[in-house]
Amino acid sequence: MADRRRSAEEVSELQQERIRKTVQAFLQEDTDFSDVDLNEGAVLYDPMRDGTVGWTTKDPQPPQAVAEPQYAPEEGPAGPPQKPPMDSDQKKLRRDILIATYFFVALFLGAIVYLGFFYAKKADGYKSSSYNSKRQGVYAARYQRGDIFSADGVILATTLIEKDGTQTRSYPENRKYAHVVGYSTRGSSAAESLAGSYLMGAHISPLELAKNELTGTLTHGDNAYLTIRSDLQDAAFKALGDRDGAAVVIEVKTGKILAMVSKPDFDPNTIAEDWDKLVQDETSSVLVNRATQGKYPPGSTFKIITALEYLREQPEKAKEFTYVCDSEYRDGEYTIRCSKGISHGEVTLEKAFAKSCNGAFAVIGSELDTEKLYKLCEDFGYNQDFSIGLVYSRSMYVLKDDASRWDVLQTSIGQGQTLTTPMLNCMIAAAVANDGVMVTPYVMDRVENSYGTLVKTWSSAGSTRVMTADEAKTLQKMMRSVVTEGTGDDAEGDNFTVAGKTGSAEWAKGKETHAWFMGYAPYEDPEIAVCVLIEQGGSGGSAAAPAARTILEAYFREKH
Amino acid sequence: MTGLLSQIFKYLILFIAVFYTIINFLALRQGSLQRSRRLFHAQNFFTLLMMFCCYFVIYMNTEDWMVLGFMGIQIAFFLSYMALFLHLYPDASRVILSNTVFLFAVGLIFLTRLDFDRATYQFLVGLCAMLLMLAVPVVIKHLRVLSKWAYLYAVAGIGLLVLVWRLGSTTYGAQLTLSLGPVKLQPSEFVKISFVFFAASMFRQKQSFGRVVLTTILAAAHVLVLVASTDLGSAFVYFIAYLFMLFVATHRPAFFAAGLGAGAVASVGAYYLFDHVRVRVQMWKDPFSDYENKGYQLSQSLMALSSGGLFGLGLCGGYPNTIPLARNDFIFSAICEELGLIFGALLILIYLGFIIQLFWISIRIKGRFYQLLGTGFAAMIGVQVFMHVGGVTAMIPSTGITLPLISYGGSSVLSTLIIVGIIQGLNITSAAERRQAAGEEVTFHG
Repeated sequence: MADRRRSAEEVSELQQERIRKTVQAFLQEDTDFSDVDLNEGAVLYDPMRDGTVGWTTKDPQPPQAVAEPQYAPEEGPAGPPQKPPMDSDQKKLRRDILIATYFFVALFLGAIVYLGFFYAKKADGYKSSSYNSKRQGVYAARYQRGDIFSADGVILATTLIEKDGTQTRSYPENRKYAHVVGYSTRGSSAAESLAGSYLMGAHISPLELAKNELTGTLTHGDNAYLTIRSDLQDAAFKALGDRDGAAVVIEVKTGKILAMVSKPDFDPNTIAEDWDKLVQDETSSVLVNRATQGKYPPGSTFKIITALEYLREQPEKAKEFTYVCDSEYRDGEYTIRCSKGISHGEVTLEKAFAKSCNGAFAVIGSELDTEKLYKLCEDFGYNQDFSIGLVYSRSMYVLKDDASRWDVLQTSIGQGQTLTTPMLNCMIAAAVANDGVMVTPYVMDRVENSYGTLVKTWSSAGSTRVMTADEAKTLQKMMRSVVTEGTGDDAEGDNFTVAGKTGSAEWAKGKETHAWFMGYAPYEDPEIAVCVLIEQGGSGGSAAAPAARTILEAYFREKH
Repeated sequence: MTGLLSQIFKYLILFIAVFYTIINFLALRQGSLQRSRRLFHAQNFFTLLMMFCCYFVIYMNTEDWMVLGFMGIQIAFFLSYMALFLHLYPDASRVILSNTVFLFAVGLIFLTRLDFDRATYQFLVGLCAMLLMLAVPVVIKHLRVLSKWAYLYAVAGIGLLVLVWRLGSTTYGAQLTLSLGPVKLQPSEFVKISFVFFAASMFRQKQSFGRVVLTTILAAAHVLVLVASTDLGSAFVYFIAYLFMLFVATHRPAFFAAGLGAGAVASVGAYYLFDHVRVRVQMWKDPFSDYENKGYQLSQSLMALSSGGLFGLGLCGGYPNTIPLARNDFIFSAICEELGLIFGALLILIYLGFIIQLFWISIRIKGRFYQLLGTGFAAMIGVQVFMHVGGVTAMIPSTGITLPLISYGGSSVLSTLIIVGIIQGLNITSAAERRQAAGEEVTFHG
């Protein structure tokens, strides 16, 4: 028996050796298949034709001449003598089946690589989908939801574990970050939603993950860091006080959102208990982030766009432009009044801008090409979506060629049907400050695992040039004059220079106007842009500009 | 406690799968009868161990004794079946036999977890099919006239497909099934077999260009009827299998490339012509764009795969039943959700080893007809696995195709087991040839 076994092994080794050699021979062979003669060798030796259909157990020895010359030496004296060399069709068949095999090896390995890619790049997104709530429930029992930090390391959201094992999501800063951090007890919103898949997952070694699962220990999810700076957020929160509205601060060059406050706000710690009350209360819309979702008439802040379009269409005329303001501009049956009935007297374009003279801008607006102005507004982000990581509502600009005279006049001073978010106004201020390049803002800076190892970083979703650097320079000067000699003088700080634009937007008859201020600082070398909107705050210059200064002071206090 | 046990067993199952996969690749190398026996036993050991682990976890979660009984019946059947098969055919490929049982067993485990009644039905169909499979190799070995019925296969195949197209009942937007009394058949699963026989018979001799054209036209007729019945998945499987057979038969990569080109043009054409093709492509690009309706299936599949992560949520720890058709067209997602992507990757590797075995058998055997049969079937199973996995992971647009031997479906199981039987027949024939060629004392074992 032992002998027989050895002999079987020997023979199978020989066979292996032969297959190996055959494969080698195939690979050495000329691999240009294009001129292969299909019938080569068939006449001389075709098992199909000797009546046995497809195979033969006789295997007649083909004439030596048929053996491939380059194959014969390979076979060598070591080859088993009783085995006839294969005819060329057989060889090619085997080679081609081998190629097919390699094809499938590649295809399947490709599928495995794709699974890896899927896990690395796509799985987090699908996992955190709001449609996936059932399976997220499974995760809740295994993970301690990760923490959310401000850029400077203040804990904004963390999970406390009670003695009995129940987890409570806690927001130590209470209302201050309500709209940026969001909540995770009633669905999830804002950063809690944006980073959800990381917070409820852990990018740690699979072994540790396995160990935690096997020992029943909770795995600490990844931690998220926002771009928000706590000092600026504090300042913005205080600046708004108990007034409703929104404040946004953006780093001009990077698009980082450094502060974002919306009021009225809510306490994320008690959102589950307050939920029904909050949802039913339709008048104050507490859950809406007014900075990114609140749409307001831009009022005089829109004059930035009107002025730019005028400079573009009629640069010569713009230089010479003068208008004598007597507090009212009459165009047929329509009358445009300046704020508070002030007469600005004779104004140039720059002075009209600085003093926010409605009459002058009604004149300018009525001379503009409606289609071009529409195009400019879309370039500036009206009617556009931006992926900033938070729910963002499109600002709205509708004025078309068929607009009535009244609509044209209204629109050119930022009234009419135009609506904008404080976020977009802040982006426009930042674009002017950034010499004409608008950088899409973002709020999520990075995710680290619980040991502090970097998992993912975020950056701006993109930037576009919305005006030339020269145009931006002109607007910068005009916005500077708003602060030095116009309506925005309250924005100027003691140790920094500011450029900006005020707005007092009418929104309902007989109600106090919404107060706007959008601007940036320092004027000479812009670093941050700010936008403040105070609902029914009165005039932009007296209500919003001082609030903006409070925020800017916090920035420059830290700096100097 | 049950949850923790599920987690422990999840990793145990993964280890078992790793060992099984390694052995599966070791078995690719030819060796002595003893070696192949040893590997065969090792593979079966891990198959049984896997079944024990999985059914135990399912039992812990469902507390249904029937589950354990079901496992016992399966084990008894599988062991006696393998013994019987090897007794009847000592030359059968052991690694193919053990892989068949492993894959079928994995399928039954997941069907038990998803829907116990369907699992028992699947087992009964598989049992009958495996008994039928006992007869297949002997037919292949001795019925040499099989290679001469090329036109019969073509007429029968196309005829049957046309019949389904015109009379078949519509399921999930495609005419797939034909009802014969209480039995519902998916003829496209069986025509697969006649289709490969057809192409292999046509190419059994070295042929003129005219014959290649004629064969291609008849093969295209199969594919077009399938397209007309909106069974795009099957159409694609037939098409790719044919291309491989064409390439191997003619040795011309140019034909293969031309075929792929024609396929690509046809796909683009189909995209513009047919709404359902466009929908599939749109859902592939963004399944969440129509989450509630057309994208629901794929969205659920992707969320299941993603939630499972590398190690899965543990058997009975996820929600695979939220994926419509988790039991057949999306079973890979259900498996990965609970046992993880690593297990899924191992499953792909096991299929790869299985398919390489099929190709090796085709390389070893003599005679164009047999080689082409082996190539066609191997390619068919390979494409099917790739399209299933690619479809449910949104690597390629989903075409709704079963995972061979694992997915639920009587016709699919029956036809795949017949194919495996045919390939065993090839191996047995090949071994007999070699024994004769090399003298009686040599045995050849796959």
